[in-house]
Amino acid sequence: MGTNEAMTLSEKVWERHVVRRAQGEPDLIFIDLHLVHEVTFDGLRLSGRSVRHPELTLATMDHNVPTTDLSQPVADPVSRRQMDALEANCLQFGIALYPMGHRNQGIVHVIGPQLGLTQPGMTIVCGDSHTSTHGAFGALAFGIGTSEVEHVLATQALPQSHPGTMAVTVDGQLPAGVTAKDVILAIIGTIGTGGGIGSVIEYRGSAIRSLSMEGRMTVCNMSIEAGARAGLVAPDDTTFSFLEGRPHAPKAKAWERALDDWRSLPSDPGAAFDKEVVLDAARLRPHVSWGTNPSQVVAIDGEVPDPEQFLDPSQRDAARRALSYMGLHAGTPIRDITVDTVFIGSCTNSRLEDLRAAAAVIQGRRVRPGVRAMVVPGSMEVKAQAEHEGLDRAFTGAGFEWREAGCSMCLAMNPDKLSPGERCASTSNRNFEGRQGPGGRTHLVSPAVAAATAVAGRFATPQELD
Amino acid sequence: MDPILRVTGTALPLDRSDVDTDQIIPAEWLKQVERSGFGRGLFSAWRADPDFVLNRPEHAQATILVAGPNFGTGSSREHAVWALMDHGFRAVVSPRFGDIFRNNCTKVGLVPAQVEAGEGAALLAAVQSDPALEVTVDVDRRVVLAPGAGIEAPFPLDDFTRWRLLEGLDDIGLTLRHLDAIAAYESGRPAWMPALSAPAGGAG
Ligand code: SF4
Repeated sequence: MGTNEAMTLSEKVWERHVVRRAQGEPDLIFIDLHLVHEVTFDGLRLSGRSVRHPELTLATMDHNVPTTDLSQPVADPVSRRQMDALEANCLQFGIALYPMGHRNQGIVHVIGPQLGLTQPGMTIVCGDSHTSTHGAFGALAFGIGTSEVEHVLATQALPQSHPGTMAVTVDGQLPAGVTAKDVILAIIGTIGTGGGIGSVIEYRGSAIRSLSMEGRMTVCNMSIEAGARAGLVAPDDTTFSFLEGRPHAPKAKAWERALDDWRSLPSDPGAAFDKEVVLDAARLRPHVSWGTNPSQVVAIDGEVPDPEQFLDPSQRDAARRALSYMGLHAGTPIRDITVDTVFIGSCTNSRLEDLRAAAAVIQGRRVRPGVRAMVVPGSMEVKAQAEHEGLDRAFTGAGFEWREAGCSMCLAMNPDKLSPGERCASTSNRNFEGRQGPGGRTHLVSPAVAAATAVAGRFATPQELD
Repeated sequence: MDPILRVTGTALPLDRSDVDTDQIIPAEWLKQVERSGFGRGLFSAWRADPDFVLNRPEHAQATILVAGPNFGTGSSREHAVWALMDHGFRAVVSPRFGDIFRNNCTKVGLVPAQVEAGEGAALLAAVQSDPALEVTVDVDRRVVLAPGAGIEAPFPLDDFTRWRLLEGLDDIGLTLRHLDAIAAYESGRPAWMPALSAPAGGAG
C-alpha cells in the first residue's frame, strides 16, 4: 500500500503497528496494551517463557467475582481457585492487578477507558471478544483466545492476517428515546451475525458523532455480535475531552503531542472500504431481541415475527428453534410480553451514563411486584460515582437490587443466573440459549427500556409509563 | 501441536446455523484451571436430548464436524476448540466461521475448512444420508473430499498457516525468532503511550 493512498482509520492503526511483514505470511503486529482476566499462565511456565512487557499488561477480575457481599469468602471453590491462580501469576510475573474489592476493579472493558489506558491509535487485545469496546476511542482492539494470550504475554506481538474494512454509516438525528444500544441492535438486525466477519467495522455518520463516549463504547462493544473482528469510531473532540486528565492519559507537553498525532488518525477523505452499509437514524426505534441470536431483533412497536416469512431456509429454521426456546408465538406484540427479571449491567451498558438513564426512568416509581430487578455497575468506580449521585437510592427505593461490580448475570459464571424458562430484559449483549443460565430467556434492550420494563412488568419505553 | 497432513474419517452432521461458542461449551464449564476434559461439556445443553446428533451411535467415531454457516461466533473462549478436540474432532467444515474461533482452531491444531455454501449444504446432506461416508479434509491440498458423494470442495488456507499445520509448529516459537524486529519496533514507540507500574501491594 503506497503512503500517498487514502487510508481508512483501521488501516492507519494497522500500518503503525507492523513489526514485520513478509510475503505469504500474516503481518506481525505489535500490541500496545494487553488486558488479562482469569487465566492461568501454565503454558508460559511449561515452556519456560516469561512476560515480555508486564508494564503493558493489566489484570483484573470480572467474570466470576460474586457481586453480593464482598466481605464474605468466595463461596464457589472453583472461582476462588481461578482468582487465586491469577493473583499468584500476576505477582510472579510482575503484572499490575486490580483484584476483587480494589477501587479500580471492574469489567475489563469498563476500567481500561476509565483509567485512560485506552487511547486512540493503539492496538489492544484481551482474551475476551468484547475487547471491541475499546474501538470507541479509535483504537484497534480485538478479542483473542488462550493460545494468543500466551503469545502476547511472551512476545508482545501477534501474527495477524490483514482484516477487511467495512463502513457502517448512521446519518441523521436519533429520535427521542432511541439510544446507542438501539443503534447497534438495528445494525446487527440489518447486517446479521455474520455481516462483519473478516472485517473491522468503522462506525461513521452524524448520529455516531453525536454519541457520547459511553454510547460509542456500547456500539463498538457489540461489533462482535455482528461477527466483526473489531469496531472503530474515529477520535474527535468528544474522545479527547473524555480522556483528558484521566490517570494514564498523557500530560502537559505529551498531551499536546498525542493530540497532534491522534488528529491524523481519522480515515482520509476518499478512503475506500470493502463494504458499506447506510442506516437512516431518523427511522430508528427502541429495539428488543425476540430470538436467540443478536440479529433476531425488532422495534418495540413490532411483534414476534413469523418464521415462515423468512426466505432463507437456515434463518427460517433458526427462527423456529428460537421461538420454541423463547416460549414465544408469532404475531405476539412485543409490548404484551411480560418479564420475570430485569438485569442492568455488562460491558455493554453498565457505565455511569447507562445507570443515570435507567435511574431517571425509575425515579419515584416502583418495580412491578413479582419482577426481580438488579443493577450491577461495570466497575467499583462507576459504583462509587453512582452512589455519590444518589442513583443507588433511586434504584433500591424502586425495588432494584444494587450490586458490586462484575459481569454477573451477563454470562452466568457467578451465582447470578436465570432459572429454566425465566424471562429477562437484559442490557447485556448476548441472547444465546442458556447464556444467562440454562433454559433462561434473554431479551436484549437498552437501559431505558430495561428500566421502564421493570416498572411495567412487560416491554415498555419510558415515554409510555403513566 | 502435532503435524496434520490430512484428516480422514466419518463426519458428524450438525444441521444448524449460528452455533456460537456458548453452545459449543457453556460458561459453567470454563471454571476449571486445566485444559483437558472439556469434551464432556461439548454441546452440553443439547446433549440431554437423546436424539441430538452427537448422541447417535452411527456418528460415535466421527472425526470431522460438518456444520451450518456462522459456526463458532460469539465468545473468544478457546475452550470451544479444546472441547471439540477432546471429543475427538480433528476438523470442522462450515460455510463461514467466527473469526476468533477460526484463529483459535489453527493455533491448537483443529482444521477449519471454510467451503462454499452450496458445497457445505451438499456435504451436510450426504453425511446425513450416509453416516459411514468417508470424508477427507486435506490440509496439504486445501480441499474437502467425499468421493462417495462426488464432493470435492476447496477451502482457503493461507500458506503460512498451512505450513504451520503441516509441520505442527508452535506459533510463539516462530515469533520469538523475530525478537530483533520486535526490539527495533519498541525503540520507536512514542513515549506518551501508557504503561503500568509493577504491583507493590497495589497496582499502579
Ligand atoms: S460483561 Fe459479559 S460480555 Fe462483557 S466481559 Fe463480562 S461476560 Fe463478557
